[in-house]
Amino acid sequence: MRTGLGGIPRWVAAIAAVGALFVLLPLAAMTTRVNWAEFLPLITSESSVAALLLSLRTSLAATALCVLLGVPMALVLARARFRGQRILRALVLLPMVLPPVVGGIALLYTFGRRGLIGQGLEVLGVSIAFSTTAVVLAQTFVALPFLVLSLEGALRTVGTRYEAVGATLGASPTTVLRRVTLPLVLPALLSGAVLSFARALGEFGATLTFAGSLQGTTRTLPLEIYLQRETSPDTAVALSLVLVVVAVVVVGFAHRAGAGAHLSAGLRS
Amino acid sequence: MKATTASAALILGLGLALTGCAGGAPAATGPSASAGSLEGSITVFAAASLKATFTELADDFEAANPGTIVELNFAGSSDLVTQITEGAPADVFASADTKNMAKVTEAALADGAPVDFATNTLEIAVPPGNPAGIESFADLARADAKVVVCAPAVPCGAATSTVETATGVDIAPVSEESSVTDVLGKVASGEADAGLVYVTDVIAAGDTVEGIAFDESGEAVNTYPIAALRDSASPAVARAFVAFVASAAGQRVLADAGFGAP
Amino acid sequence: MTLQFEARVGERGFDLSFQVAPGETVAVLGPNGAGKSTLLNLVAGLLRPDAGRATLGGEVLFDTAAGAFAAPHIRGISMLAQDALLFPHLSVLENVAFGPRSAGVRAAAARSAARDWLAEVDALELADRRPAELSGGQAQRIAVARALASEPRLLLLDEPMAALDVSVAPAMRRMLRRVLADRAAIVVTHDILDAFTLADRVIVLDGGAIVDGGVTAQVLERPRIRFTAGLAGLNLLTGVRTAGGLVGDDGVELRGAAAEPVAVGARAAASVRPSAVEVSLLEPDGTRNRMRGTVRDLEPRGDLVRVRTEVLSADVTPARAAELDLAAGTPVWLAFPETALSVYPAG
Repeated sequence: MRTGLGGIPRWVAAIAAVGALFVLLPLAAMTTRVNWAEFLPLITSESSVAALLLSLRTSLAATALCVLLGVPMALVLARARFRGQRILRALVLLPMVLPPVVGGIALLYTFGRRGLIGQGLEVLGVSIAFSTTAVVLAQTFVALPFLVLSLEGALRTVGTRYEAVGATLGASPTTVLRRVTLPLVLPALLSGAVLSFARALGEFGATLTFAGSLQGTTRTLPLEIYLQRETSPDTAVALSLVLVVVAVVVVGFAHRAGAGAHLSAGLRS
Repeated sequence: MKATTASAALILGLGLALTGCAGGAPAATGPSASAGSLEGSITVFAAASLKATFTELADDFEAANPGTIVELNFAGSSDLVTQITEGAPADVFASADTKNMAKVTEAALADGAPVDFATNTLEIAVPPGNPAGIESFADLARADAKVVVCAPAVPCGAATSTVETATGVDIAPVSEESSVTDVLGKVASGEADAGLVYVTDVIAAGDTVEGIAFDESGEAVNTYPIAALRDSASPAVARAFVAFVASAAGQRVLADAGFGAP
Repeated sequence: MTLQFEARVGERGFDLSFQVAPGETVAVLGPNGAGKSTLLNLVAGLLRPDAGRATLGGEVLFDTAAGAFAAPHIRGISMLAQDALLFPHLSVLENVAFGPRSAGVRAAAARSAARDWLAEVDALELADRRPAELSGGQAQRIAVARALASEPRLLLLDEPMAALDVSVAPAMRRMLRRVLADRAAIVVTHDILDAFTLADRVIVLDGGAIVDGGVTAQVLERPRIRFTAGLAGLNLLTGVRTAGGLVGDDGVELRGAAAEPVAVGARAAASVRPSAVEVSLLEPDGTRNRMRGTVRDLEPRGDLVRVRTEVLSADVTPARAAELDLAAGTPVWLAFPETALSVYPAG
């Protein structure tokens, strides 16, 4: 691998370095405050482990839900044509812009005890607020746009020509989706899923407002950190470091997998 | 060559500019203590539960002492402590419990001894109409009741734990919130059947919740201390404000809001 | 397996009907924008017409009056485009096996059939390669195998040789000729050679309508309209049949033999190869046919220059063009022998 600026002007690289520092310095500053002597006991305490496991479980579930819902949404937005499509796309991306707490309140008004749908569910004996389901819903709500956005762009780029070929060869629309479309956009699907996972992992405002905070049920890692800083800043910093490491590992690992898929697809530009 | 030096200068310059901007400069007025007339501006860091009362107290203080300006900063007590110990420019600190104030005094950041100026006890808050029919503290332990409390790490949560231990009633909450506001919110919206908050919170919430007092609340009394801070730019004004809060006038405002005597 | 087709697409000014008989290969010629791709897309089901009806072997492909529309994947019609469009994420063998597998054939049987088709197009040794590793010609071959492997009832080819190297095209053409021998197929092309090599019949499109059509040799050697003559690279003269030849609409008498019987006095057309026409500044002597014209432009073509006038085109050597100092606007005489003129019925 030959290193080098690759033709970028020096001043551009300089500004990029400043930007990188802007992101990395706070992380470094946080690392310097970690109480290394107590680190292991702090992150292996009962509440910490409960929070971490809950976060991983719910984020994985939320990512799966994002893929399940997001792939069809991206397909419709990229391929279908209907009135109001532009508006629908803007609305679907709204959770990215909405302050998460506002998102949580909106979810409450929908699925809460007195919510639009929640009322009916209460009658059936199904209670969503204060449950782990609520956490997954909150995370899915904020993370879905990332997957949809990433995938829709890729679908547009890939175009419909391969799908048309597949159809003329006798493949039904479902077969085309399974054997042609999705394999072609696999890298974007993977990177979108990774982004969604990372967003779900760090989700705080909506979870707090909608799901509540109870150890093992709804107190995810970000909520645990928020609570711990009241009594033990050392624990808060230690857990924050854990969160950062988990995120970096997941994102780094999945980006590699995504790049690999890209190579094997052998797409010619 | 020139380009590299320019880039280095750019990074250095930006770095200096960023560090130079650290920490807002406090208002320039220094303390001028001419006899009887106070001048200067102070920033008061106060616990979130003191919002309504301290806003009124600040107005009253400024009216009584023209030439003074009182800026207010409300947040959770432990957040305020973190800010103060990290060097935020505060002149006065009013905490929701003695534990957090102790962190400030132990760090030698207080100017003189803290003064206890109010107390607060717990009250049960229920949605209007009391849909779950809660009547006593023991009812909170009912299996069918969705109860929201403060987390033990927070002052009002610590008080809750103390009452639970004293009464032997074990509440199984559906959520342990980090702030009283969040507890109130869940009760007012009807998501929870009941919540444990301060007496002052119930009064401040008006019609959005109903309050149910319980005798056992006396088991856990939260004491609120206030102290002027050592690094204040206007120590005279800071001390004067502390004295005002502890004075009869200040106490009346606090009592009207539901606070107990210190 | 006859294809009956008629359709209208308003926004493209497309309105035509035609048939393809079982086992027949039809070439569709025409300039860009004539509607050739629209035609193929309508037949394949990738485009919906505003009005029309088409059937293949009696089964309805679309019928706007009845509100019927068969989706592309059930029509049994495969399409091959200029770009091979091999699925980049599948190997060559899996590409060719795609059609059979989509039809429900088991993987092993599908792969075996795929190998047979690869052998048919002389590409068996490429079976395990990835599309990214193939040259244009190789990819196009695989695309043909892939299209055939799905056992289509009708095959559509959209300018299959257009993106290939000149050196590779002939082999491809030979292979297609062999493969299309007994198949119903529609080939869209710019190239007359493709039409001659592959097609039994020719349809000429212009502006979304059929302007000419018939047996290949007939249409391309004896064009009846200027347009087709242009495509075939021939000069076209129209007029009335005389005993010795033809009198043109401009009154000029020309002498030549009849390629097909035409009654004297009936409307007739005649074609002349540009290579048979000579250009001079002074009136030529002798008994050759002669016409006057004004040079419109000169087009270099390999080792010849095509001199275009408003009446005829002539191919001359560059040396001759320079010798005559030809330029747009130069008045010239155009001469060709009696043997170069063949007369046949017009219309």
